[in-house]
Amino acid sequence: MAETLSRSQNPRERLAFVLVWGAAAVVTATFCWLLGDILWHGLSRLSWTFLTAPPESAGRRGGIGPILVSTFLILGVCLAVSLPIGVGTAILLAEFTSDQGLFGRMTRRSLDVLAGVPSIVFGLFGNAFFCKMLGLGFSILSGGLTLACMVLPILIRSTEEGFRAVPANYRISAAALGLSRTTTLVHLLLPAAVPGLLVGLVLGVGRAIAETAALIFTSGYVDRMPESLLDSGRALSIHIFDLSMNVSGGDANAYGSALVLVVLLLLINGAASWLATYGLHRKIATI
Amino acid sequence: MTPLKPLAEPCPQYLPNDEPACRKPHPFVDVDRLSLHYGAKLAFQDVTLSISKGCITALVGPSGCGKTSFLTCLNRLTDLIPTCLVSGRIMIDKLDILAPQTDVIRLRRRIGMIFQKPNPFPLSIRRNLEFPLREHGVRDRTQLGSAIETSLRDVGLWDEVKDRLDSPALALSGGQQQRLCIARSLALAPEMLLMDEPCSALDPISGGIVEDLIVRLRGRYTIVIVTHNLAQARRIADHAALFWVHNEAGRLIETGPAKQIFEEPHDPLTAAYVSGMRG
Ligand SMILES: Nc1ncnc2c1ncn2[C@@H]1O[C@H](COP(=O)(O)OP(=O)(O)OP(=O)(O)O)[C@@H](O)[C@H]1O
Ligand SMILES: [Mg+2]
Repeated sequence: MAETLSRSQNPRERLAFVLVWGAAAVVTATFCWLLGDILWHGLSRLSWTFLTAPPESAGRRGGIGPILVSTFLILGVCLAVSLPIGVGTAILLAEFTSDQGLFGRMTRRSLDVLAGVPSIVFGLFGNAFFCKMLGLGFSILSGGLTLACMVLPILIRSTEEGFRAVPANYRISAAALGLSRTTTLVHLLLPAAVPGLLVGLVLGVGRAIAETAALIFTSGYVDRMPESLLDSGRALSIHIFDLSMNVSGGDANAYGSALVLVVLLLLINGAASWLATYGLHRKIATI
Repeated sequence: MTPLKPLAEPCPQYLPNDEPACRKPHPFVDVDRLSLHYGAKLAFQDVTLSISKGCITALVGPSGCGKTSFLTCLNRLTDLIPTCLVSGRIMIDKLDILAPQTDVIRLRRRIGMIFQKPNPFPLSIRRNLEFPLREHGVRDRTQLGSAIETSLRDVGLWDEVKDRLDSPALALSGGQQQRLCIARSLALAPEMLLMDEPCSALDPISGGIVEDLIVRLRGRYTIVIVTHNLAQARRIADHAALFWVHNEAGRLIETGPAKQIFEEPHDPLTAAYVSGMRG
C-alpha cells in the first residue's frame, strides 16, 4: 500500500502519502521526544535514595518515598472499591439484563456519559461528597474513593464487553449439563471474561495513577509519610505538578518523579498484557 | 420422580450383540399436543409422539421445521430463551417435566444433550469431565478418576487421550471433541441422550466413528437424534418421526418404526421426502 502510494505519479495520491506518513511520524516523534526528554533529565536523579527518602525543602532536594507510599495507598483504595463493584455491575448488565430493556439501556447510557466527564468535576464532587458530607476530610480515603468513581465506568463497560464476548454455547452447554447459573458464572464465564476485565483495569489504573485534578481537591498535597488512610497524602502526579509549577528550582526532581510515573505505567501495562496472554490463559485452559 | 441412579457407578455391560437392544419397546417419553412459540412466531404445533426406552428415535425433516426446538423442550433448555412459550404436556418416566415445580437441574442431569458443533469447555480434558461431576456432588478423587476413565472408554477416546488428560480439550480434533462431549454427558449417568445433528459438523471418518458409537449406546440409553442424513437415519434408527412445515409452522406428519417410515410410508409427503424427491 505504502509503496504503491509513494511511487504513484498521481499528485493527489502522493499528497495523501505525505499526509498519512507525516501524521504517523509526528505522533511517534512526539512520544519519543517526550520520553527522551524525561529520560535525559530524569535518569540522573533516579537512585534508591530518591525512591525512599522524604522530600526536603518543598521537594527541591531529597526523594519521593512518602509520595510513592501515598500513591500506592490511593490506588489500593481505588481498586479495592472499584473492582468488586465493577465486576458485580458488569455481571448484572451482561448476564441478568436484556440488551433492549429500559434498565440496561439507562445504566449503560449513564456509564458512557460518566466515562467522559472531566476529572476536575469528579474532584469537586469528591470534595463535596467524601471530604465534606461524609466528613472524611482531605485524605487518602477520599482520594481513593473519588478515583474509584472515576474509574468505575471504564471498568464496568469493558468487563461487560468481556462477558458478552464469551460464546453463547458455553452457557447453553453448561445448562444442558445441569449446571446452575451461579456455577456457570463463576467457573466458566468469569475466567473467560478476564481479558476484558484486564483491559478495563489497565485503562482505569492508567487514568487513576496519572490523575491530578481529581486528587488536588480530595487527597490534598501534604508530602509527609501518611500514618493512616485518613491522613492527607500527596500523589506522584500532584508532586510533579507542584514541583514544576510552584517550586522554583524543582525541575530536576520533577523530571525524576515523572520518570518514575512513566515507568510505573509501563510496568502496569506490561504486567496486564503478560497476564492476559500467558499467566491466566494457560492456567484457565488446563486447571 | 424415580430416585436418581448414583453417579459414577460402573456402567452396565453392553448388551450382547445378537440380542436386539430395543426389542420390546415400551414408552419412556410421552409428548402430548406440544406447541412452541418464539414470541408471536409459532415454531411447531400439536406434536404428539411417544419415544421408547432404549431405542434410537430419529427426527427428520426439512430445515426450520422445529426439530431443534422440539429437542430443547425435552430438557427444558427452552427456559433459557425468555420469549419462548411451550404448551402441551411432556411426561418423562411418569414425571410431568413442563410443570413449574420440576427440578430442571436434576432433569438435565438425567437427559444429556449433544450439539451439532462440538462444544467442550476451554478447560483441560480432565476438567471437562470432572467439573460437571463435581457440581453434581461427586467429590471423591478415585470415584472421579474411574468415572472419567469409564466414560472415555465408552466413547473410545481413552487410548487416544489417556497420556494427555491435562492438556486443553480445544486442542483435540473436531471428532475427538464431539466424542469428549458425549463422554461428558455419559459421565453423569443419564437415562436419555438428545443429539442434534451430532455428525454433521464432522468429516466423514469422524462422523462414522461417532455414528458407530451411537449405535453401541443403543439399549443403555434412550436416544433421540436429529439428522439431515436420511441414509444415517435409515442405518441407525429404530423409530423415525418426520416433521414438516405447514403454513410456516412445524408439524409432525408421520411417526412409526423406521422400517415402515423409510420403506412403506403412509403419507405421500413422507414418501416423497424419504425418496429424496422433496425437502
Ligand atoms: N431463539 C429463537 N428465536 C426465534 N425464533 C427461533 C429461535 N430458534 C428457532 N427459531 C425459529 O423456529 C423455527 C424452528 O427452528 P428450529 O431451529 O427448531 O428448526 P430445525 O428443524 O432444527 O432446523 P434445522 O434443520 O435448520 O436445524 C424456525 O423458523 C426458526 O427460525
Ligand atoms: Mg436444528
